[in-house]
Amino acid sequence: MDIPYTVKERPDTGLYNGKLGIWLFLASEVMLFGGLFSAYVFLRTGVETWPTGADILNVPLATMNTMFLITSSVTMVMSWASLKLKDFSKFKLYAGLTLLLATGFLIVKYFEYTAKFDHHLYPSTNNFLGIYFTLTGLHVIHVIGGIIVISFFWLTGAKMWKNDPDRFTNRIEIVGLYWHFVDLVWIFLFPVLYLL
Amino acid sequence: MYTDHHKESFWTKYIFSTDHKIIGLQYGITSLVWLLFGFTLMMIMRYQLAYPESPIPFIGTLIGEGGILPSEMYNSLGAMHGTIMIFLGVVPLAFGAFGNYFVPLQIGTIDMAFPKLNATSYWMYFIGSIIMIVGFFVPGGAANSGWTSYPPLADVATMGQTIWLFGMVFLITSSLLGSVNILVTVIQLRAKGMTWMKLPVFTWAQFITAFLLLLAFPPLEAAGVLQLMDRLAGTSFFMPSGLVVSGEILNNAGGGSPLLWQHLFWFLAHPEVYVLILPAFGIVTEVLANNTRKPIWGYKSMIYSMIFLGFMSFIVWAHHMYITGMGTSIGAFFQTTTMIISIPSVVILTTLFLSLWGGSIRFNTPMLFALGFIPMFGIGGLTGLPLGLAAADIHLHDTYYVIGHFHYVVAPGTIFALFAGIYYWFPKMTGKRTNETLGKLHFFFSFIFMNGVFMPMFVQGLAGVSRRLWDGGEIYAHAADVLYLNEVMSWSAWLLGLAQIFFIVNMIISLRSKKTGEVNPWGATTIEWTDTTSPPLGHGNFETVPSVYRGPYEYSVPGADKDFTPQSEKG
Amino acid sequence: MADLTPEEIKHHVKTYIIVFVALAFFTIVTVSISYLDLGVGASIALALIVATIKGSLVVCYFMHLIDERTTIYWTLLATAAMFFILMFVPLGTMLAQAKV
Repeated sequence: MDIPYTVKERPDTGLYNGKLGIWLFLASEVMLFGGLFSAYVFLRTGVETWPTGADILNVPLATMNTMFLITSSVTMVMSWASLKLKDFSKFKLYAGLTLLLATGFLIVKYFEYTAKFDHHLYPSTNNFLGIYFTLTGLHVIHVIGGIIVISFFWLTGAKMWKNDPDRFTNRIEIVGLYWHFVDLVWIFLFPVLYLL
Repeated sequence: MYTDHHKESFWTKYIFSTDHKIIGLQYGITSLVWLLFGFTLMMIMRYQLAYPESPIPFIGTLIGEGGILPSEMYNSLGAMHGTIMIFLGVVPLAFGAFGNYFVPLQIGTIDMAFPKLNATSYWMYFIGSIIMIVGFFVPGGAANSGWTSYPPLADVATMGQTIWLFGMVFLITSSLLGSVNILVTVIQLRAKGMTWMKLPVFTWAQFITAFLLLLAFPPLEAAGVLQLMDRLAGTSFFMPSGLVVSGEILNNAGGGSPLLWQHLFWFLAHPEVYVLILPAFGIVTEVLANNTRKPIWGYKSMIYSMIFLGFMSFIVWAHHMYITGMGTSIGAFFQTTTMIISIPSVVILTTLFLSLWGGSIRFNTPMLFALGFIPMFGIGGLTGLPLGLAAADIHLHDTYYVIGHFHYVVAPGTIFALFAGIYYWFPKMTGKRTNETLGKLHFFFSFIFMNGVFMPMFVQGLAGVSRRLWDGGEIYAHAADVLYLNEVMSWSAWLLGLAQIFFIVNMIISLRSKKTGEVNPWGATTIEWTDTTSPPLGHGNFETVPSVYRGPYEYSVPGADKDFTPQSEKG
Repeated sequence: MADLTPEEIKHHVKTYIIVFVALAFFTIVTVSISYLDLGVGASIALALIVATIKGSLVVCYFMHLIDERTTIYWTLLATAAMFFILMFVPLGTMLAQAKV
């Protein structure tokens, strides 16, 4: 006996186990980032003055970063679609592009952070910077996690693709869902921190 | 059977097992050890409370000057007692141990949905608990700002607080992974015929508990990250401007809010108390149905009440914050939701109580603990009402009344239910029987001394004795008349500790006894009893996976030949 | 998801491209709006509305929520409820604070 519904979907829920699992995990992640967003709202409302994001942070650079992540979301879902079309080399192409764009995001963040430190702007300087570094820092950790997992499947995927293509396709779908969530968080982070 | 045919080493079979039953036992044994340890910390504290500034016997040489418990260490013991009992003890036992072991069996499947993730959850819990204990050995000792870790105190506290925060990250992660596993397992892996309204109440309770953990824990993780930033990166998320610490103005940016921590903390910590009680409701229901030989009265009411309770638990948290200066309208909102949440609790307790009517009651050890749960939880619940009403809470907040209230629900409440579960399911896990005499002695003495420890707390609390006082209230004139109760409570606590020896001895001799060969000695109806061996087969649980044809508590069905009809019996 | 034909996949791909263009467009919109001086309330509202539109596109089409069934919807509904409670109730307690 094997555990049922690891690849095939259960008829009444329309889900295989991993997909339900990742959606539930993402629900908890919504509450995690929600806690930090709630902290931002609480802290900002509790004080008379609050810095303008655009004065301290680099909006053009972050806009470019936003485009990197949005594009990486497209390439990620394209990598899954390629597997559905049984095209493994296209999967590797799109997954590779996703990794490239994600790394690009990280590089930009590296320059952003070091530029702040060079100007003696640290998390401890004021609560705006504190929450900026904490929110984007936690987001960066999630980006790194995504890169690690996508790289793992990019490097070792061929074997599982050969033995159990449907299961591999599902795994990429699950990773994709996680990756889209990472993009989603940034879609809210960007305007809240940089534009308001 | 699993299609894994590779041979298992000692390590993969017992230590890094992915079998939900082994993992359940790992959670069970680890959590029982931590419960004993957490209890010991409190027994030490109670010596200081009964005999202030006297040297502590036995271990006095290890601590402080002249063996007297220093006040900072008292605070550490207090904070760690709460933390250990809740996060290292009760939740891993109620949810990690019982949930993992019995949910797959009760729903008729071969393992949890994600076995490797399950093993990961356990080891994260293990690592998190070790980290917590390491706190005792760092300079300044373990965390000492209460289990609630309120800033600004927690922000400026000694190193042990940072260790506490790191420990919590591991424990929270463990919980989240475990919740995902239980939720997917129950939604996706129920056996054929096991519809939602045929699930045993135990499994429903675990399912709802998992939802609470999934959505409530992350804000505390967020708060933990923020407090770590305050402590390690010098941020001021929780630090107001111009704070004076030890006579000096703190050199930080300020502008933060201690109340922010309280909101994020209690957003978890209130649902957490329902995490503590829901599995207990589930276990007591199983034991009551079995030992009254009749179905539970009001199965549907119980399920809907538990679901409603779960949802409501998210919108009552600020009743822990009534005296923080909230306006009356917000206070009224939380008071209203708090009063409403008492309704499902009452429905559930009434359901359990009414289930006894007309039953053929067997007074075995699990049933005694389950019966004891009912009035004890009743006292705990009723004493919560003045705390939930903002006006009365002004007087009672942060007094011993609160400690009495929550201990009644958790100690002779949940922990009694957990003991009921251990005695009830021991034959299923081991194929052996526990000693009834020792079990009854364990129950009677525990029952007496639980009340001896916690009932006087209401008296002290009403007299205005604050909690977390190293001297037990000695310094306050208003406490003078009730100080004598400290000695009463301490002796009750030590005797309660001694009473657990009956349990420990019982476990040891029962584990060493011979298997009885009985598969279903209690004559129970649920699948874990009727369709598995004792213990169930490793990796696979069932010779043949059963299908389900009826509800979970078909006891004494008119016209049936036995007084119980298994869920998996056709017709 | 398991039984999509190649034609359906190709149709999905077209959708992904359209969504990508929409997301790029809305990014430009939200950055441009930030340069206008609209006052605090309007700025916040507009920024969040645009972010919600972008987010919904990602969730519905990249994450295929529009094709999923009730289990996921209920999970997300419960999460959304908790998220809004967490976002607004603490704020409510601060704003409704007793004036000393």
